[in-house]
Amino acid sequence: MGAQKKRAAAAAAAARVSEDPDDLARQPLQAILLADSFTTKFRPITLERPKVLLPLVNVPMINYTLAWLEAAGVAEVFVFCCAHSKQVIDYLENSEWFSQPNFTVKTIESHNIISAGDALRLIYEQNVIHGDFVLISGDTVSNMSLTQALQEHKERKKKDNNAVMTMIIKKSKPSPITRQSRLGTDELFMAIDPNTKQLLYYEDKADHSKGTICLDKMLLAENPSISLHNDKQDCYIDICSPEVLSLFTDNFDYQHLRRHFVKGLLLDDIMGYKIFTHEIHSSYAARIDNYRSYDIVSKDIIQRWTYPYVPDVKFCGNRATKLERRGICFTAFNSEIEQSRSAQVGSFTVIGYGTKIGSNSKISDSVIGEGCTIGSNVLIEGSYIWDNVIIEDGCELRHVIVCDGVIMKAGAVLKPGVVLSFKVVIGERFVVPAYSKVSLLQQPTVHDSDEELEYADNSSGTVEFSSIQGTADQSNGEMTSESSEAHKPKLGTGGVGYIWSICEGGQEEEWRHSVAPIPEDKLTELSEAMDDDQELVTQDRTALSTSGELISDSNASEGDDNEDSKDDSVYFEKEVEATFLRAVEENVKVDHVILEVNSLRLSYNMTSADCAGAVFYSMMKLAIKTPHSSAIGLLTLYPSPFSMVASNAYPIYLSGELQQNTANIITTWQKLLKSYLLEIDEEIEIILKFEEMCLESAKEFSPLFARILHILYDKDILQEDAILRWADEKEGADESDKVFVRQSEKFIQWLREASEEED
Amino acid sequence: MVAHGRQCKIEGSQATARQTAELLRSVISQQRVPYTNQAGALIDAVKAVGEQLIAANPVELAVGNIVRRVLHIIREEDLSLTTAAIGELNLSAVSDDENDDDRDGNTTLSAAAVAAAARSTLRPPSLQTLLEDTPVSAAVPQTSSSGAADKSSRSRKLKHDVIEAVNELIQDIVTCHEQIAEQAVEHIHQNEVILTLGSSRTVSEFLFAAKEKKRSFRVFVAEGAPRYQGHLLAKELVARGLQTTLITDSAVFAMISRVNMVIVGAHAVMANGGVIAPVGMNLVALAAQKHAVPFVVLAGSHKLCPLYPHNPEVLLNELRSPSELLDFGEFSDCMDFGSGSGSPLLHVVNPAFDYVPPKLVSLFITDAGGHNPSYMYRLIADYYSADDLVVQRRAIAGN
Repeated sequence: MGAQKKRAAAAAAAARVSEDPDDLARQPLQAILLADSFTTKFRPITLERPKVLLPLVNVPMINYTLAWLEAAGVAEVFVFCCAHSKQVIDYLENSEWFSQPNFTVKTIESHNIISAGDALRLIYEQNVIHGDFVLISGDTVSNMSLTQALQEHKERKKKDNNAVMTMIIKKSKPSPITRQSRLGTDELFMAIDPNTKQLLYYEDKADHSKGTICLDKMLLAENPSISLHNDKQDCYIDICSPEVLSLFTDNFDYQHLRRHFVKGLLLDDIMGYKIFTHEIHSSYAARIDNYRSYDIVSKDIIQRWTYPYVPDVKFCGNRATKLERRGICFTAFNSEIEQSRSAQVGSFTVIGYGTKIGSNSKISDSVIGEGCTIGSNVLIEGSYIWDNVIIEDGCELRHVIVCDGVIMKAGAVLKPGVVLSFKVVIGERFVVPAYSKVSLLQQPTVHDSDEELEYADNSSGTVEFSSIQGTADQSNGEMTSESSEAHKPKLGTGGVGYIWSICEGGQEEEWRHSVAPIPEDKLTELSEAMDDDQELVTQDRTALSTSGELISDSNASEGDDNEDSKDDSVYFEKEVEATFLRAVEENVKVDHVILEVNSLRLSYNMTSADCAGAVFYSMMKLAIKTPHSSAIGLLTLYPSPFSMVASNAYPIYLSGELQQNTANIITTWQKLLKSYLLEIDEEIEIILKFEEMCLESAKEFSPLFARILHILYDKDILQEDAILRWADEKEGADESDKVFVRQSEKFIQWLREASEEED
Repeated sequence: MVAHGRQCKIEGSQATARQTAELLRSVISQQRVPYTNQAGALIDAVKAVGEQLIAANPVELAVGNIVRRVLHIIREEDLSLTTAAIGELNLSAVSDDENDDDRDGNTTLSAAAVAAAARSTLRPPSLQTLLEDTPVSAAVPQTSSSGAADKSSRSRKLKHDVIEAVNELIQDIVTCHEQIAEQAVEHIHQNEVILTLGSSRTVSEFLFAAKEKKRSFRVFVAEGAPRYQGHLLAKELVARGLQTTLITDSAVFAMISRVNMVIVGAHAVMANGGVIAPVGMNLVALAAQKHAVPFVVLAGSHKLCPLYPHNPEVLLNELRSPSELLDFGEFSDCMDFGSGSGSPLLHVVNPAFDYVPPKLVSLFITDAGGHNPSYMYRLIADYYSADDLVVQRRAIAGN
């Protein structure tokens, strides 16, 4: 069926092409290739070599992009080089790309550019783009056909002069647990008009802790239907009209292509520029943005999703490799490798020209470059080893990246997620801890405080580093100078290099973007956290579905507000509870606690009744948790069905202790509670809260309801008016709601009589 | 040069074969022929280009076939010229043979090969085949001793003859469909049921030709997953007024008992009579054998490959993109390498070709007529010279 659709589409496209062939012929398609990502995600490797020249399955990344551009019918490519521009230009000059017929590659060089926006402004000034162009960065792998997308773009442009850009997207489901796509980028939310394919909303930095996204109400008002997707992947391939360049020039603060430009256009309704999307189905497109996507895209290439850009098809500059069958799967081999008879090379592995593999070594799911020497009993799993690496006997490498010229002495172990930059030496039996990055260059200490502007101004900065520290090391080859040894974390005996300390994001986030698969414990941790969230979400009446069609009506936006406040109150309660528990643990003065709770109240915009409820809630929680010594106590920590069992099994034992605890806590903290009980309303709030707790989260209290009510009365926390008012209010309620009124009937009766007596 | 742009851009053996031949023709015409050893110079030039072409697309065996055919043409033309020369200048060449400095690696290797070829080929002028090796090198010094005017005329003549012959070859490739289709009436009879798999231009022309000759028959078309080219074929057949039934590949076995003849196209025909054909073909062949239905393969002579399928140089199969099988987006969560052991549990393999062993093939129909699988080696001996079978390997070693 899909094939038929494709065919129909292709036929339609062909028909359209024939309508105005001269239109296409007149304007040869141009492309701008940004040979710099303007980020620092591939550091420390990118300090020494530009990202576009990093080998991806033994071929520099830029070759994939250029080969695709050529195949897609682009006639002229402007390669914009910034960081390490010399290397890029040298590489291109020596490659075959400059000598292709019908395909010209021109380089534009600049050193003081720190963002994609600046680059486009510079290109605009040079006035080389004359028609529609493809905007792509040099780390994109694709095999899609541009014909249809281009045709659609041109047609839209003809009808509507404001349709300046067509963005290529592809379906790819994000992981529900980690909230990131398989390429390691954050979950992306897109609102698209299902009829016109116009992009209405783009958010790649959604706040997942809240579990909500905010759409402008106007979106719903203006569009009869919009579809909201979180399962689309942005391929970072854009077909742009020449206006895009002038837009960048007009808005000189646009830096980032997506964060500033796309969002800027979407928000700006004065000019009315529109962005459209084109979804690709059968073809592949992905951008390598971080170490994880490097890993994923490599594996996609080996699994042939990027056909014909696969290791055994010669497309540019790569040597012919040969597939060999290993079980059901295939391994790409160069004909001239030396492999020991006992070495086991598993499936989905690519081994480069002239590599030697020793006996009993096991290699699986990996890419090994040219001229490597691998000793015996080495274990390599899911790793990327570049050219001329020497791995001595008995090393273990799992899910790591090892750059050119690295030497690993015998018995060294690399834990998952390690990145070894160029020419690092790892000492004998040294274990490099997980996620660490090792480089000959020292970590630049001067850091751009603004994360948004983490652009690659490193070209100038790093050269200094290498000249000061790096040259000494490189010339010595071995780390012998004592002075440097003093302040270097050692890499074992004979090791050379610095282990970079993990900076931004910290260790916490490191697993998200590394080459290593997400560890099992992280996943369970996250899924547990998600289960908790799930409770919240089910309370709110809407969960975010994967791609639901929202029909615009006024309720939707109101609903959002309700959700917000409901959410807030839940968070507020959690915060108060945390504050209170800390106060108990650290013996904070009551006044200080009041101050803290007040500030929380202001920031969440809550009433004092809410505060009273929350404080009371946390006190009761504490009361349950206090008997830690007993097994029941532990069980009761979890407000779940089995705590019911527990409280049923030991009702007497529990209730006695609980009552005592509660009384103690109330006595200790009555001042705190009282400070929020200004009026009767708040007191009623407390009773209602208590009732709710007894019904839902802390069922242990249900048999004690009347008694604790009594305690509260005794301590002057609750006035009799409040209790009576509560009883009156409950009069009209359902039978099920009256359980606790019944239970405390005697007490209420007594109160009534007492008040009458007073009268 | 021209070779680089070729990878994966030309579809179909015929188009590839034609373009290869045209390219080689231009190479030959541009090649400046030296006074001595012109044939050797031409052969070297063609080999150099041919090696690149084969490396650019190793799966398309037609490229290698055409390169070898052109080499064979050069040798044949040279041979016919030298035999003419020998006739004129007496047979005094043998003495010159020893001090021949032009003797290159080609000839040393080929002595044994020629002997083997001579034994197996059984070509009618057997003396000629035996002499084939020696005259190539032996005749050259002779020409140097003769007059300059003679040399230039001979070199021009050789080149001219070769180009002429390559033109003929191109013509053959272009018209191979018609030549095969001419035989259609001999094979398709009234009220027969024909089964085919996927789509092949040769097959469709064959069927149309039978239809034009007023044969009435029915065609079952297996759709040919995953590319579903059978759908296109069904459309074409219906447009020509043929009664057509479209079935899935997996229904072939169920339908085969109602079929009188299976007619299919091929990707390449190997020297042993085995066939490399679109995936699923072996299944059809086995079903046909089970029900004793004739399995007929149509192949233009450019698809005849002089190599054997067990030859390590032959790349029998090509793994295409798995996206032909399933939608990447739908299955993207199955291919999350980010969790677990880092390798996905789902592998999608999409081979393009099947190998059908010769014993399952009843008949080959080429532009030279119908042949048994066991006769293939004989055809190959006609088209190729034994020296060129290893063109690729020696070219690499020579570099």
